Order: sequence, then structure tokens, then C-alpha cells
Amino acid sequence: MIEARGLTKDYGEKRAVDDLSFDVRPGIVTGFLGPNGSGKSTTMRLVLGLDRPTKGRVTVNGKPYAQHPAPLHEVGALLEARSVHTGRSARNHLRVLAQTQGIPRSRVEELIDMVGLHDVANKRAGKFSLGMGQRLGIACALLGDPHTVMLDEPVNGLDPEGIQWIRGLLRGLAAEGRTVFVSSHLMSEMSLTADHLIVIGRGKLIADTSVDDFVAAASKKLVHVRSPQSSALQGVLTGLGGTIVELEGGMLEVGGVTAEQVGEAAAANGLVLHELTPHLASLEEAFMDLTRGELEFGHAEAEDVA
Amino acid sequence: MSAVPVPASELRGRVTQLRVVRSEWTKLWTVRSTNWSLFVAVVLTIGFPILASAVISSHWAEHDHRGFNPLDPALVGSQIAQLAIGVLGVLVVTAEYSTGMIRATLTAVPKRLPVLWAKAGVFAVVTFALMLPSVLIAFFSSQSILSSHHASYSWHHPGVARAVIGAALYLAVVAVLTVGIGTIIRNTAGGIAAFAAIFFVLPPLMNVLPTSWNNAISPYLPGSAGRAIIQLTHDSTTLAPWTGFALFVGYALLALALGAIVLLRRDA
Repeated sequence: MIEARGLTKDYGEKRAVDDLSFDVRPGIVTGFLGPNGSGKSTTMRLVLGLDRPTKGRVTVNGKPYAQHPAPLHEVGALLEARSVHTGRSARNHLRVLAQTQGIPRSRVEELIDMVGLHDVANKRAGKFSLGMGQRLGIACALLGDPHTVMLDEPVNGLDPEGIQWIRGLLRGLAAEGRTVFVSSHLMSEMSLTADHLIVIGRGKLIADTSVDDFVAAASKKLVHVRSPQSSALQGVLTGLGGTIVELEGGMLEVGGVTAEQVGEAAAANGLVLHELTPHLASLEEAFMDLTRGELEFGHAEAEDVA
Repeated sequence: MSAVPVPASELRGRVTQLRVVRSEWTKLWTVRSTNWSLFVAVVLTIGFPILASAVISSHWAEHDHRGFNPLDPALVGSQIAQLAIGVLGVLVVTAEYSTGMIRATLTAVPKRLPVLWAKAGVFAVVTFALMLPSVLIAFFSSQSILSSHHASYSWHHPGVARAVIGAALYLAVVAVLTVGIGTIIRNTAGGIAAFAAIFFVLPPLMNVLPTSWNNAISPYLPGSAGRAIIQLTHDSTTLAPWTGFALFVGYALLALALGAIVLLRRDA
């Protein structure tokens, strides 16, 4: 369990994290979303005590991270992957971390096998590809069999097989009752992995809800309907206050009415429906909608540039 | 997966100073820069004296040898070796910052200070353990070469044992001091520059000052103070052997203390 209360971090003039308060609970996967530069990495560094907060506090299982006698057993973290001495082999890197806490060599070997680095374990970490570096980082995070797993962009650089493996790993860890806190930009992946979302923008908390609620709140009430009696249907729906946009293939995009209303109105008027689908925003659309105003590094709209 | 999973209880170990020492020991010996630098230090410590003594010996007749100190060629190698030791001392810390490894280290040991004590202690002990045999070999080889001209010291000559062993102690203190410098500056180029400035630039700069100022300040500079222990005699321009060495140790502890403050206060 991670608890942040009023967490604030200034770097000189710039406020990277602004009065952030949230809980990350055990037993579920909590996704940490935010545009680039929103303060996700800074927040994770504050949890680990790598940076000192300007104001506020954050605790892990009731105590600041540094006060736990076996820190790697409390939190296993993967921050930006390249936190490895390039001249040292992967196996030796894991060994030096394990030795600080008296974690046995057999555990190091177990992890090397688990993350699939067996063939390159004695290679210098500086020669690793992005994917191999990520796997090493994940091995380091799991070294102490931690209660809490905190990963910053874990699927960065992994191939589809690796992404699937991570997804299974994270869900498995959460099912074991651990606290899993993952930041990611890959919306599609997050929607498959996370149960709960914490969204930040420009250092401030924007949302702290379940994935379902988040998506539902952002979904515009749009219904896709197709009927052989399209014009009649349009008349009925306009009468209900709906707005119609004609799409390809005879599909109508109807705003302002629910799918239930469309179905009942069609039935009441004896109209046949071939297709009736409520449109649920994807996590990506929901996220873009919510954070549009909070982009740190925004892009110009295509038309503005022309 | 081949290995039998480790029982969870064994993964709950506490961070202790001893364990951090073990980790720093492994760190030291699992990067190539260590092996190279220490090899160079040993070669210089032994090689230079043998070379110098051989040259002096073969050209003996050509030169006046009043005031010749047989200890000079014996210990010249260790004085050059301090360059290798000092650079490695800085690197032991700054390489972690430049590669980002420091984040992993301070995540494993969030109390931070045990890492500094372990780095300084391990490196100092390794330096002394390697340099003591090296200076002993250098001493006995060089004196054996010079003995043909009856211009050598025996081990029992007053002050010789202290000077020779002191040369190895001096290097151990250089090790601690440069670990401190590396921790304060956190940057390889800057750390090496600071080390070079203190030991190799500052002393000659003192010659620009009026002689009385020079004589007042120079003996108290870190390098000069430390080298007091390898002098057989001292005059007004050097401190007494153990006084100078104690001052040198004081400088090293000051560097460590400042490093500790920086380590605790700054973001990783």
C-alpha cells in the first residue's frame, strides 16, 4: 500500500508535482497515467526517497521507504531502465543488489531464468538491447519478493510476447495480494492490465477511479444504429431530441439518446434494426479528453500548422 | 525454471553495514576499470624504483652523490601510483552517477551513508593490501641494486620502516580522500580535476607566493602533509612525520564528511 498526502516537489522554479494525494491499494493493478512531463517519474522517485519532497509525505506500508529494514522486500521498483553500470554483467548487477540485503545467489539465478536472460546473464549490461535492459530491470524489481511492485513504463522496448508476459506477471502479482503500481503510455495495454487508474497532468491529480468508471465518464452518449428504414428512424430519433450523423454503409451515429431509447422507439414505431451498438470511448479517447487541457508538451493541431 | 524457489523468509533480510560492504567489494571487482587501475598502480610502484635505481647505479661514477637519499628512488613509484589510486577512488563513486547505477544503489540502501562508508573502507583496505607488498618489494629491490655502491639503506635504519610502510598508508588515505571528493562532486571529470588540482597543481602554485608565505602554507597542503610520513628527516618546510600524516587523515575525513552531507541532502 502506497499512501501519498499533499506530495509536492519543486525543481527550482518548476513545480513538478503539486499537492498530490492518493492511495495505491493491494490486490489490484493500479495504472498511473499522464502525458509526458506530468510528473509520473518524479512521483515514483519521491516514493523511493530518491528525491526529497518539497512538501507533503509518501509512505509505503505505513512508513517512509527509507525506514524499512529490508527496502527491496517492501518495494521492487523499475524506474527508467538504465540504472545499471554498463561495464558490469547482468548477473553481477543482480548480485551486488542482492548482497546488500543478504538475498541468496539462488534467488538471483531464479530471476535470471524467470525474465529470460539466461543466455546473456554474463554479458556486460552496456551491450544490452532495450528489451534486455527492461528484463534486467524487472528482475531487479522482483529480487526481494516485494510487497509492492512499482514499474515505470515496463513494456517499453518489449516485443508483443514480452508485453503479454508482463501483463500476465502483473496480474499474477496483484492476484497474490501485492500492490502493483504501473505507469504507462500504452493505453490499449493499460486497459487490459489495470483495474484502477490514477491520472495526473502538470503534476496535479486529475482522476482517481476504476478503469470502468473512467471510461464510462468520458464516453459521449453515442449510439451506432443501422436500419433498412433509415429515414423513418431518423425522423423518430430527431423527435426524441437526438442528433444524427450519417456514416458509411447506412450506419447512423446518434447523439443524445441511449441505446435503450433507440431500441424502444424503433419497436414502438415498428421499425426494423439491423445493428444497435452503444459507443464506449476507448481508454485512449477518455484519456485524451481528460488531459487535453493539461498537456505539458502539447502538439499543434494539424490545421494550425498548414 | 530449474532452480527450487527460495523460501520467502530468506528474502526478507535486513540491510546491514556488513552486507553493504560485501556488495561494495563485489562492485569493485566486477568492473574492468578496477583491475586495470590497480594493476597500473602496482606496476608503477614496483617498476619505477627498479628502473630508477638501475639507471642511477649504472651511471654512478658520473655524478656527485652528496645528499643522495636512497629512499627517493625506492618510493618514487608509489608517488606516481597515487595518480592511479586517486582516479580510481573518484571513479568508485562518480561512475555510479554517470551510469545511473546510483539510483539502483540508493534504492537498495535508502539510508545512503552505509554505501559511502563501505566504498571508502573497502577501497582503502584494498589499496593498502596491494600497495604494502608493492612498496616492500620496491624498497628491497631498489636497495639491493644500489647496495653495490654502498648507497642503500637497510631496513633497520632509523625511520626507514616507518617511511616505507607509511608510503602504503599514504596511498590508503589518498583512496579515502578521493572517494570523498567523488561523493562531493558526483561527476567524473570534475572529480578527477579536483583531485589533480589539490595534489598536483596547488603545491607548485605556492611557489608563486612570497617565500615566507610559501613556507607557512605548503607544509599544510594535503599532499605535503601526507608525504611527511615518508621523509626521513624534516626541516622547517615539512611537518613531523606523524603530525603531517594525522593532518592528511584529517583532510580525508573532512572530504568524507562533506561527501556524506552531499549524499544525504541532494536528490539522487
